[in-house]
Amino acid sequence: MLKLMIVDDSNIIRNKISRAFDSKHFDLVAIATNGEEAVEQFRNNRPQVVTMDLTMPHMDGIACIEQLIQLDPEVMILVVSALADEATGIEALEKGANGFLLKPFSEESLRDALSELTESYDD
Amino acid sequence: MTDDDLQVFIDGVQRYFQLTPNNDLRIGTPYLASNKKPTALDYTGIIGISGNSKGCVYFTAPKIMLTHLMMGFGEQDTSEENIVDLVGEVANTISGNARGELGKDFMISVPVVVSGPPPQIHLPVELRSYVIPITWRSYQAAVVICLQD
Repeated sequence: MLKLMIVDDSNIIRNKISRAFDSKHFDLVAIATNGEEAVEQFRNNRPQVVTMDLTMPHMDGIACIEQLIQLDPEVMILVVSALADEATGIEALEKGANGFLLKPFSEESLRDALSELTESYDD
Repeated sequence: MTDDDLQVFIDGVQRYFQLTPNNDLRIGTPYLASNKKPTALDYTGIIGISGNSKGCVYFTAPKIMLTHLMMGFGEQDTSEENIVDLVGEVANTISGNARGELGKDFMISVPVVVSGPPPQIHLPVELRSYVIPITWRSYQAAVVICLQD
């Protein structure tokens, strides 16, 4: 069982991800509504997997990824964002994200993306 | 704004509603409208645009449509807070997806949501906006794009 944190400023999206992930493989340990909150929750709960929005108030997802990677270089981060440009995707990956799921997404596509992330974690 | 640019937003609307159950979306012919009386329905999610383009993109919809849409996504809590959240998220998704074609310099803000009739939306009167009419099931909504050239 991998510890999961959801980071998104939208309650609707947080709930959607909460409903969608496979509870046999993930244990939801933290939820954050912006980057600052995510860093604090990360320190307290040490999740192994994070779903990360990019456009958020206070601290955006890219800055948050940088901080989380500093705290734990092994953390697996799935970016879940509406930002469809290639440059943003590349930047997120360069900062340490491991996958990118474009909004809008289906619950099935989220499960698939998390599953793919976990496989690489196992490797 | 070119026809191709406008198509980027139409594609974004289609992509968003594709995930709804019984995807019953019809997109009307886009038109240019005066900013003196901006199109606005019960709730409006506004995304500020900066970078190469300046202005805003917004999604406006009636409360009943947003409630129905939310339930279609499996969200049982149809509170005011979640309706506000949803209209902002739709605007954010359509605008964010547009960067796939318009590039990283099409910079978007976090959503600002306003509720209420048209007088609560203020746009530069010297500009005009493109309105993309949307019908989802029997509900009317719109995406409005107001950008300086």
